[in-house]
Parts: sequence; structure tokens; C-alpha cells
Amino acid sequence: MRLTALIGRDLRLAYRRRGELATPVIFFVIVTALFPLALNPDPALLRTLAPGVIWVAALLAVLIGQDSLFKTDYEDGSLELMLLSPMTLEWIVILRVFTHWLVTGLPLVILSLLMALLLDFPTHALGTLVMSLFLGTPILSCLGAVGASLTVGLRRGLMLLPILVLPLTVPVLIFGAAAAGRAAVGDPVAAPLYFLGAMLMLSVTLAPFAIAAGLRISLES
Amino acid sequence: MFVWFHKLASPPFFYRFAEKLAPWLGWLSLLVILAGLYGGLWLSPPDYQQGDGFRIIYVHVPSAWISMFAYMLMAAAAAIGLIWRMKLAHAVSAAAAPLGASFTLLALVTGSLWGKPMWGTYWVWDARLTSELILLFLYLGYIALNHAFEDRRTGDRASAILAIVGAVNVPIIHFSVTWWNTLHQGPTVFFGPKAEMPPSMYIPLFIMMFGFMLFFAAFMLKRLQVEVLQRERNTAWVRELVEQS
Amino acid sequence: MIESMEQPDVLSVSNLSVWRGERCLCRNLSFRVSTGEALQVQGQNGAGKTTLIRVLTGLGRADEGDVRWRGESLRRNSEQYRASLSYLGHSNGVKLGLSPRENLAVASALLAKPIANNVDMILDKVGLSAHAELPCGMLSMGQRRRTALARLLLANVRLWFLDEPLASLDVAGVTLLTGMLKTHLTGGGIVVFATHQTMDLAPYPVKTVMLGARA
Repeated sequence: MRLTALIGRDLRLAYRRRGELATPVIFFVIVTALFPLALNPDPALLRTLAPGVIWVAALLAVLIGQDSLFKTDYEDGSLELMLLSPMTLEWIVILRVFTHWLVTGLPLVILSLLMALLLDFPTHALGTLVMSLFLGTPILSCLGAVGASLTVGLRRGLMLLPILVLPLTVPVLIFGAAAAGRAAVGDPVAAPLYFLGAMLMLSVTLAPFAIAAGLRISLES
Repeated sequence: MFVWFHKLASPPFFYRFAEKLAPWLGWLSLLVILAGLYGGLWLSPPDYQQGDGFRIIYVHVPSAWISMFAYMLMAAAAAIGLIWRMKLAHAVSAAAAPLGASFTLLALVTGSLWGKPMWGTYWVWDARLTSELILLFLYLGYIALNHAFEDRRTGDRASAILAIVGAVNVPIIHFSVTWWNTLHQGPTVFFGPKAEMPPSMYIPLFIMMFGFMLFFAAFMLKRLQVEVLQRERNTAWVRELVEQS
Repeated sequence: MIESMEQPDVLSVSNLSVWRGERCLCRNLSFRVSTGEALQVQGQNGAGKTTLIRVLTGLGRADEGDVRWRGESLRRNSEQYRASLSYLGHSNGVKLGLSPRENLAVASALLAKPIANNVDMILDKVGLSAHAELPCGMLSMGQRRRTALARLLLANVRLWFLDEPLASLDVAGVTLLTGMLKTHLTGGGIVVFATHQTMDLAPYPVKTVMLGARA
């Protein structure tokens, strides 16, 4: 019941600030649209680039969204209350990341269908694209949360976050884009999807410890 | 023996220890590196395929190896610093980072220079070079985070978490990059398997590795001295030291 | 660890040294606070009152020394300790997007043993019954502070740590807080607070710790 209360709190707050939630989503769309503008809108070219472009845009959009994860709670003192709660911080944290993904990551997964349309991504491979993002965006959220927990107290934290987190996200990008890319040309996709699944399990189990430790350190001063 | 090791964790004791040991290691590393270079540049014959260009491996391979080692050292020291609350362990991490980053850069540059005569381009996206590049980014991230905090202690502890998370990720990154490379049939492995190397090649290589390790150790000790001084600048022993000199 | 034996409710601090960057905020500070006692942390702006309170709650870290509650050191970061305290910091810990009632529901969820089903009574006590359903963003600073005060009443904990509790409170609010503190002390609780202003908690003994004074 406490878990539902906490999830309810996050969802309620998110709903009341739903304007802000649109930011990562709009960012996703704009970044994807930049590529045809910067390159060549030739459909054949776009089709080859589509998996990579969508994935990079999703990655950046998730990172942009990490700012809202802990910042407001830090500023209004709610984060301190979470740290002082007798509830295990790791649980509080994983719930927070989960609800955050629900409102920032999941919309990206759904919207990727629209992006695929813009880039002439073959329809038979859409399922794999969505699956790769569905498995990959939570991992990105976890990694982003690790970075956010370490930078929450910093003034320029938002600028530092991508530098810290992007190198760690390379495997997710590789497997995710590979899955989508291989599906587009009809190659088997089991391997990259399984790797994504494994990384998802790993991040969900290990990230909460790093995030909780990061929060404790950030709130020491 | 263990008592001595325990004493080493005390900053003033360590400082004096490093002061004495560093010059020895420094000069020794210079000798060993010169020996290795002599073996590699003069004594060993040119490669039948790559001519004289391959000789850059005598710098490239040891640098790459040290860059990986330094990261693991950084992460291990970070973990020790967090778990046992040793200030010196955090100093080791902070000292290892720029040094490791420099070796990574050296590995990248030498790898790039090797590429030009071999493949015609200054950069190829092969698995090893790409992994080295990502390693450089990990180092830079660590250094950036470490310096972003006003309180050095908080900075140390925050970047310690990052180092540990990074270290856990390094095998995963390496694996994924290798997989990605095979996927796109990148250029064949830059550097052939060790089994093919004649002794005239791998002996100088090991000598160079050893020399680089000594150099790394000497440099680390010196850097650590600086880090220790900075962190302990309000204590009595540092003030005495400054007054003495 | 003698956990089966009932340890007295005493917060004891021994040889505490806290540094903040280059500055030493306190050195070899020792004191004890027992049941029914209040401790006031005094000092000028920037002397380190907030830092000290945070160290006592476990949020901050001391460089040297030990803080013990019921004989157990804070360094063990135990769930027990966190279940025994309530904290009211500079910032209210109140979500502006939620109403006072919703805020209390969240705070309640984060507690170990919240007192059930009397959120209405608590809201009434702090004078927020009329505004219980409005988002706190629409309430005044004083009303938000009262929401934070209400949090203290949610659970029956021994230790109250308050940092500048009087901030933003009007005269009625000050009376309310003083009343709450006295009730808490009567019930055997302990209050550690930092404030510039004087608070009349008679007849309860108020110990003081002065920070920034040259010893």
C-alpha cells in the first residue's frame, strides 16, 4: 500500500505538470526530423539510417528527461524526507525511476512508430523497433538516474549529466539499433534483443544501489 | 608486513615513502623503456607485411594496456575509499584519472598514426580503438564530476560511484563494441595474435610494458604526493613540511 | 550488539568535529539530550547550525566523533534510527503540486508506523482544514510551513529535529508550534532545534549549544 501510495504520488504530480512531460517527446520528434534536413531526404537513405537515427534521438530524449527526476524533490526538500524514511531507499528509488520511465520513456516507445513513418522504416520491422525501445529505454532511464543522482546537487548538473552517462549507454545503443536495423533487412534479431533483456535485468537489479548511494552522497552537504 | 601496509594509509607516512621511492622508479623506468626501445626499434627485424610501420606497437600496446589497468585501479581504489573510508584511496583514484586518460590518448594517437600508413586513414572504427575512445570518455566524465563539487570529499565520493559503475560497464561496453564490429565487417584485427610474434618482437614488447608500468608507478607516486598535500593542507604535518622547505 | 536490552532514550554526541570545506564548524563537541529535554543550537548565520542538525539526523557526515541514539552509533545508518526521528528542514519538504492532505498521505507512506486515520484531525490542529484540498502551490508560505508542521504529528517518534521552525510562521503559528513542542516534550520526546529567535518552552529545560564561539 505504501508502494502504491508512492507510485500514486508520482503519477499525480506528473499529471498535474503534464505540460512539462511533453518536453522529451517533442525533443525526440525534433531531433529525428533534423536528420533528413541535415542529410538527404532520399527515402532509400532514410530507410538505412532510420534505426540509428530513431535510437540516437530516443537516447538523447531520455537523457533530457532525467533532469526532472530528482531536481524538484531536491529543491523542495522532499528528497531529504525520502532519505530519512525508514523505508529502504533502494526501493523508493526504483519506484521513482519506474514511474519516471512510464511518463517519459514509454511515450517515446509509442511515438517511435510515428518516427518510423517519417523515415520510411519498413512496417514489417516495426515490432522489433518497438521491442528494442521498450527494453532499451528503461535501461537508459536507470543509467540516466545514476547520473542524475550524482549531479542533483550541482548547479550545472544538467550539462554534466550527458557527459557522464552517454559512454555508459553505448552498449544499449549498439544492441538496440542493431536489433532494429537487422529486422529491417530481415536478419535474425534474437541475439541483440536477448542482450538488451539481459542488460535490463542487470540494470534494474544493480542501478538502485548506485542511485541510492549517489543520492546519499549528493545530499551530504 | 600488514602493519607497515596499514601505516602506509596514513598521509604523512605515505608522503615520505613516496618521496623516497619515486625517483628510483622514475630512473629505472627510463632505463627499461630505453632498453625496450632499443630492442624494438633497432634489434627486431621489420615485419614482412607492414615494414617498419608496425614498430609503433611498442608504444601503442603498452599504452592501451596501462590505460585499462589505470581505470581498474581507479575503480578499485574508489571502492576501497567508499567502503573503508580511506582518504588516501580517494587520492589514488583522483591521481590515476588524468594519468590514465593521458595513456588512453596516447594509445589513440599512436593507433591513429599506425592506421595512416596501413589503411590510408587516420581513424578506423575497429573494436579496440573504439573501446579505447569510449574509455577516454569515461575518464573525462570522472574527471569532470570530481572537479564539479565545491567540497573535495563529496566530489571524491560521487566520482567513486561513477568509477565503479563505469568499471562494471567496461566489459559490457567492450563486448558490445566487439559484437558491433563483427556485425559490420570492419577492418580485420589491427594487431595479429600473439602466437605469431617471434621472440625478437614480443620480448621488447614486454620490456616496454614493464617500463611503462614503472613509469606509471613513479608518476602516480608523484601525483599522489600533490593530491595528499592538497587534501591535507590544513593539517599540522603539512604546515611543518612547508616551513621546513 | 545488546539489542534486546532496553536502552534509554538518549541522544549522545561525543567529540564531534564537523568541517565544511576549509572551515571547521565544531571541534570536539559533546552533549547529551534525554527524554523530555530540548536542545537549542545557536549561532550566527553561517555558523553551521543547519549542518549540525543534518549531521545529527544522519543526512550529513561528521569528520570525527560519534553520535549515538539508544547506545547505537549513527554510522550504522540503521532503519531503527530513521524510524525514531522526524525532520523539519529549511525547505518544507512539501510538494507544491499536491494538496496538504495528499502531502500528508505521501509522508505517511514513508513512515514506519504512522498513526492511522486521523489526517483530518491533524489538518484541523494546524489550521488547514479549510485549505486541505488546494494544491500547496496556491497556499501562502505560512500555510505551507504549517503543512510541514503537520507532518510532525503523523507518527509517534521520539526525536524531533527542527531547523528554523519559526520561519514563515505568524503569531498564531508560533503559538501552535510552541504548543506542539510542549506536548511532545511532555510525552517524553526530545527536541533539537536551531533558531535565532528565542522560544519559550517553560517549564522544560532547554540546553544550548553555541556554534562559532571561540572556545
